[in-house]
Amino acid sequence: MIAARFKPGEKVRVRKAYPLGHIRTPYYIRGHGGVIERLCGSFGNPEELAQMRSGEPKQPLYRVRFLQNEVWPEYRGNPEDALEVEIFQHWLE
Amino acid sequence: MGGLPAGKVEPTEHDYAQWERRVDALMVLLTGVKGGKRLMTVDELRKNVEALPPDAYDRMSYYERWVTSITQTMIQRGVITTEELGRKMTEIEKRDRGPV
Amino acid sequence: MKDNGDYQPYSYFQLMEVSLRELLVEKGVVTEAQVEAAVEDIRSRTPERGAKVVARAWVDGSFKQKLLENGSRACEELGLDMPALRLVVMENTSSVHNMVVCTLCSCYPRMLLGLPPEWYKSRNYRSRAVREPRAVLSEFGLQLSMETKIRVHDSTADMRYLVLPMRPAGTGGWSEERLASIVTRDCMIGVAVPKPN
Repeated sequence: MIAARFKPGEKVRVRKAYPLGHIRTPYYIRGHGGVIERLCGSFGNPEELAQMRSGEPKQPLYRVRFLQNEVWPEYRGNPEDALEVEIFQHWLE
Repeated sequence: MGGLPAGKVEPTEHDYAQWERRVDALMVLLTGVKGGKRLMTVDELRKNVEALPPDAYDRMSYYERWVTSITQTMIQRGVITTEELGRKMTEIEKRDRGPV
Repeated sequence: MKDNGDYQPYSYFQLMEVSLRELLVEKGVVTEAQVEAAVEDIRSRTPERGAKVVARAWVDGSFKQKLLENGSRACEELGLDMPALRLVVMENTSSVHNMVVCTLCSCYPRMLLGLPPEWYKSRNYRSRAVREPRAVLSEFGLQLSMETKIRVHDSTADMRYLVLPMRPAGTGGWSEERLASIVTRDCMIGVAVPKPN
């Protein structure tokens, strides 16, 4: 089992990479910085499961909170409006 | 797809056809739920939907994409062969050509 | 399992569905009975299941706490099967409004709400809900003040989300059943709020 590296409240950044294959990290969030909202648990790696492999070892999955006005340049709303996305540990740094 | 420009959200509802529910049911069973044999994952379903050419994706309905993806996955997994599928589809087409 | 009395020729994809199913039955992968049972199971799941959970949370403060801490376990207490670890319930308050989308496909808490509506799976909702939630909500007829903070949840992985709407004023003393009756599917996705009628 892979150890969870991050704790709630910690600042993280989503890696900016564009590999081929099935990825569950949306394009729009890659490269952006956010805060860990919670650790959801560890789950099979979807990138591997999609290729008929076992998805082991399970990867820690986090919910990460981003500020809307940091993600979208023209966002207008409450400055604390947020976007919360589930991201696997290997996509976070 | 998130964040791309798009149009107004039409609050459409859709009364599911029986064949669409059967596609959904097959997906439940093939992923090992409700007593089915686990022969694929939802990740493979998604991967094969993502692999559809963009114009095909837009032309197809939700469950048309699903049935294509599940079938493709079964072929990739070796559960069925392309030849078997072709023969079966021809057979059924002939069988059901009844009065119009 | 032919559609009786239906003489329409199959579309290409309907043909594929019948063929796939027959091949899988021939190979002993599934039985027709299993498919029928799974279809009936899907039909039986309606948003009323989710509404029950919301109504219980409204009347029972300790259940609500459990629900917010561990959605799956709390639902199991009500006799509703939820895959372990996977349900996250977010509470709407006077200062925060929650909304759910799956930009990558159409992940949805089917166990509690049944099959998702067509619009939830549409390109337009999936593209715009993350980027301009207020505009999308106003298209649904929901206007929120600028003081209210909006949180959009993108179900990108294994978790599924349910919005716990605020209990509206004017519902004091209502039974759980009556409360559940005003909790619509759209309230639990976060594009509407319950209205006492």
